[in-house]
Amino acid sequence: MATTPNQNSFSKGTDLAVIILYFAMITIGILCIFMVEYNPNGNWSSSLIAGKNSYSKQIYFAIFCSFIGIFILLLDSKVFTALANILYGAGILLMLATFVIGKNINGSNSWIPIAGGFNLQPAELCKIFTALVLAKFISKPETDFTKLKSQLIAVGMIALPAILSIMQHELGLALVYSAFIFAMYREGLPPLILVVALSFAILVIATLLVEPTVLAMIITAVSVLFILSMIKRFKRNKIKILVVFSIWSICFGTVKYAVPYMFNNVFECYQSTRIYSMVGKEYDCSQNVKSAATAGKKKGKKPDDYNVKQSKIAIGSGGFWGRGFLKGTQTRGKYVPEQNTDFIFTSLGEAFGFVGTFTFVCLYLFFLFRLIRIAERQRSTFSRVYAYSVVGVFFFHIAVNISMTIGLFPVVGIPLPLISYGGSSLLTFTVLVFILLRLDADRQMVIR
Amino acid sequence: MALYNSNRGGIIQMIIGIVITIIIGQLISLQIFSNKYKLAADNNAIFRRIIYPDRGIIYDRKKRALLENSISYDLVVIPNEARGVDTSALCEILKIDKEEYNKRMVEVIIKNTRVKVGVFEPFLSPELYAQLTENLYRFPGFSLSERSIRNYPYNTAAHVLGYVAEVDVNFLQKHDTDGYEMGDYAGMTGLEKQYENVLMGQRGVKRFLRDNKGKIQGAFEKGQFDTLAVAGKNLYTSMDVEVQQLAEKLLQNKIGSAVVLNSKTGGVIAMASSPGYNPNLLAGNQRRKTIGSLLTDTARPIYNRAIKGQYPPGSTFKPLGALIALDEGLITPSYGFNCFGSYNNCGDPRKCTHAGAGHAANLQVALANSCNSYFLQVFRMAIDNPQYGSAKNGYLKWKEYINSFGFGRQLGIDLPSENKANIPDTAAYNKDFGNPKYWNSCYMLTLGIGQDRMTATPLQLANSMALIANDGYYYTPHFVDSIEEEDQEDKIELAKFRTKQGVTKISSDIFKVIKEGMHDVTVYGTAASVKLPGHEYCAKTGTAQNPHGENHSIFVCFAPKDNPRVAVAVVVENAGYGATWAGPISTLLMEKYLNDTLTAESEKKAEDLAKVDLMPQSIKDWYVKNKTIPLSPIEEYKNDELGEVWDMEMVSDYKPKPKVIDTIKKMIDTAENKSAQKKPVTNTIKKDSAALIQKKKKKITRPKNGNNT
Repeated sequence: MATTPNQNSFSKGTDLAVIILYFAMITIGILCIFMVEYNPNGNWSSSLIAGKNSYSKQIYFAIFCSFIGIFILLLDSKVFTALANILYGAGILLMLATFVIGKNINGSNSWIPIAGGFNLQPAELCKIFTALVLAKFISKPETDFTKLKSQLIAVGMIALPAILSIMQHELGLALVYSAFIFAMYREGLPPLILVVALSFAILVIATLLVEPTVLAMIITAVSVLFILSMIKRFKRNKIKILVVFSIWSICFGTVKYAVPYMFNNVFECYQSTRIYSMVGKEYDCSQNVKSAATAGKKKGKKPDDYNVKQSKIAIGSGGFWGRGFLKGTQTRGKYVPEQNTDFIFTSLGEAFGFVGTFTFVCLYLFFLFRLIRIAERQRSTFSRVYAYSVVGVFFFHIAVNISMTIGLFPVVGIPLPLISYGGSSLLTFTVLVFILLRLDADRQMVIR
Repeated sequence: MALYNSNRGGIIQMIIGIVITIIIGQLISLQIFSNKYKLAADNNAIFRRIIYPDRGIIYDRKKRALLENSISYDLVVIPNEARGVDTSALCEILKIDKEEYNKRMVEVIIKNTRVKVGVFEPFLSPELYAQLTENLYRFPGFSLSERSIRNYPYNTAAHVLGYVAEVDVNFLQKHDTDGYEMGDYAGMTGLEKQYENVLMGQRGVKRFLRDNKGKIQGAFEKGQFDTLAVAGKNLYTSMDVEVQQLAEKLLQNKIGSAVVLNSKTGGVIAMASSPGYNPNLLAGNQRRKTIGSLLTDTARPIYNRAIKGQYPPGSTFKPLGALIALDEGLITPSYGFNCFGSYNNCGDPRKCTHAGAGHAANLQVALANSCNSYFLQVFRMAIDNPQYGSAKNGYLKWKEYINSFGFGRQLGIDLPSENKANIPDTAAYNKDFGNPKYWNSCYMLTLGIGQDRMTATPLQLANSMALIANDGYYYTPHFVDSIEEEDQEDKIELAKFRTKQGVTKISSDIFKVIKEGMHDVTVYGTAASVKLPGHEYCAKTGTAQNPHGENHSIFVCFAPKDNPRVAVAVVVENAGYGATWAGPISTLLMEKYLNDTLTAESEKKAEDLAKVDLMPQSIKDWYVKNKTIPLSPIEEYKNDELGEVWDMEMVSDYKPKPKVIDTIKKMIDTAENKSAQKKPVTNTIKKDSAALIQKKKKKITRPKNGNNT
């Protein structure tokens, strides 16, 4: 069992379900991109070979990534544990390098051009490396992850590339790193953190929905009631009153000052508009300090919730059964921007309706649960931590991307894994998955 | 460690599950429960363009287009999509203010709802069109839509052709199965209205796929859902545009009308009514400005006097009165009457233009001289015909004849609102007398010479000439000879124009006499001064009394005398003598039609005529609206204009030629013999009528305004 004969013959241990799902997703992705780009006047077979269209490019990417995947499977799993730290360091260096030799694409300064007209986004690769390095760190025998110190170091490792991403104006990529919370939680992060984070998020949303003043008064009232109702207990333990009071002041401060400050002074106008439109409210850009500086823009610009509106229309118009393959008018009419990258889900929604979207979502759900099952059957901590990181990253992408398209989350530039057009993202996810497969093939072993 | 936290794995799964469920919930809400996205998608992507078909063209008999279609652009808007519009720029281009913009938007929303296309500014001038095309990107929701409007290359026949205007709610209610929508145009008057369903064709709808920039990407579902536009069918009329233009020119600065008929087919060659208007003023963007002034003009330029004007025919009626008596066998062409200047058999004398002996020695001469007495007599004979028992029945029979000649009823021309004019029925006289047994022919005497309550439209007058020209029948006057690609419905419509009407049993010999008489009118009679180059023609002049002013000048004729082809009636209001004004107009029109050209002399005459201004000082109301001429009470015979002399020029200018005098003398001799036989009859009648009249004078209070049906 623990011996090497299985080390190089990976075919037995590799999880077939994941491989099938992987290729299924890629195929669906290519189909969707084809739908988006469909031009009835064009000759699809010639453009297929020529590689001019996105979908044909995606096919070439897929082939390339398959080779990379096979290559990874042929590697020894010890490679990953050994190289984790080095790869992480290299990744950070690459990210720093983009500040120097980076190319600006689509408003973000995070691309490095490589030969052949392809561009590399180091931030993408850093996801993989961070997952590896986190796994390595947590799996070290001397690390006790229940201790705060270890947790903080882990957070630091995650935060570094995240902050660098923010500096490159890639907010979405930075947010992805929050997905590693899954892995950390699994390994011992106190649940309280999750609860606090969730409450905070709810508070912020509530501030958007309800008038800040009203909300502040509600919080005050609730706190007072709470104190009054527990007055007996508090008499004994005065610290508790202090705790409640501090909680109240934090909430109050957030609601009344922090949140508006964030939206008016920190966020850009379009970001605030997007977030507000998510809860169905209008944001008055005139209050935004940043937009006031750039006032006098040309009129007739599309409103900033245009993407989401069109996306919702496209998905909504699919109805129950969808409009049919290649028959989506919104897709044909190019109404949804970024439709072959961030909004690829809309083409699926319009063409195949609720039946299609439901099936698709279930497929991904199955994929994630399969990954978790793989994670749980690992004997070595490294593999398990890595597996949960992969789960986290995938889940984050899927949930955020789909929520974006249906209006449950503000628009950030997060692609749908394996479906959205893009060589970089396809490569990243392929590597993530195949490393996991490789580690899983050796699950009977304990890898250090 | 691993096992300790394994239930956390479960928790993670749960978290994932919850999030996915929320996502699925939102998907359900979007895709299953919310219809508005589908609608919005359709609205976004499918562009529904109405294809307005070309309206049918109307041609004259030489295939010249009397009206054509030209393209005009409207600025249309879908109110729901008009968000973020640069309204100040748009208002500046259109030269309206913001208030007007809002007002028009509201109008569009009310008329066409928020999601459908409505017209914001119709009939753009080419400059506006260019400006708007350039700047259209600044006005989301607005677009430019094509439509064809009417264009009249000859600027003529406005009354006949009619005009096209936007339909209103009433129209839509009446035609709700015909496929009209708000914003459509339909014919309102004239041929445009009469043949609306032929001319309009059928609108088509094309559906296009549109991308997010509003650019058309291509046909939706390869045009499966499109409906084709069907062009309107053309009309081929019997009109001659040159004769029409000549008629309108000659009637300039006069109030009146002219009708020129092709007597052989009933086709209308020209129909002019003056004052008229330039039809191009009611097409396109001029209409809003012009229609108001046209409608309130007291001279009523929109009114088609040819089919609506009601005039007493006067002397032009005489041939028809004779026809009735001839057909009933009451007289023969050789019947003569001794008229010495007045008709005295009905109490107070009725004047005649001639006093000389023998001027009504037979039918032909009586016609030529337009002897009133002769025809009054003939009329009374018809009314008092013993065959029918009472005057009332005699009158009814007489009325039947008149109706069959086309008077007192609609002829059925293919124009809307033809007026049937008035041949009074018995009710009016009943009202006057209270009891039919008191009627008699003397009371309504002047019907015999085309006065009293009788009125006719110029069309009816022309038609009566066609009847005589054809020796006893006519075809229903009509404009349209044929329709392009006639189908069953069209054939049935047109069939009624192709059947003979009003066929009389009177032989051609008798008609020959009438024609000779009418010919003599042009040789030595009242129309002797009016010449038709190249042809002999037959005519009758008339002067209609007008209680409001000068007499109306009426002229009816047909030509050539042998084998006539054209019949004309011209009325010029308040112009005096028939031969002076209506006469030359008529002959010029006939010359133009028959010879296809005018001689140099005629050209000059036409120019002079066109310049003459006969408009009355104060433009008055219509001669007869829906009331009749007030019946003159008998006491007023003496003061009655009827007692005066018609055709004034006759008295002073008439100098019979020596040869004619001899002929008349001979006739008088023979007539005297005959009248000696007839004397007792006339005396009886005279006595009876005199007694009756005395009675009535005491008994009846006559209403000032006779009320006719």
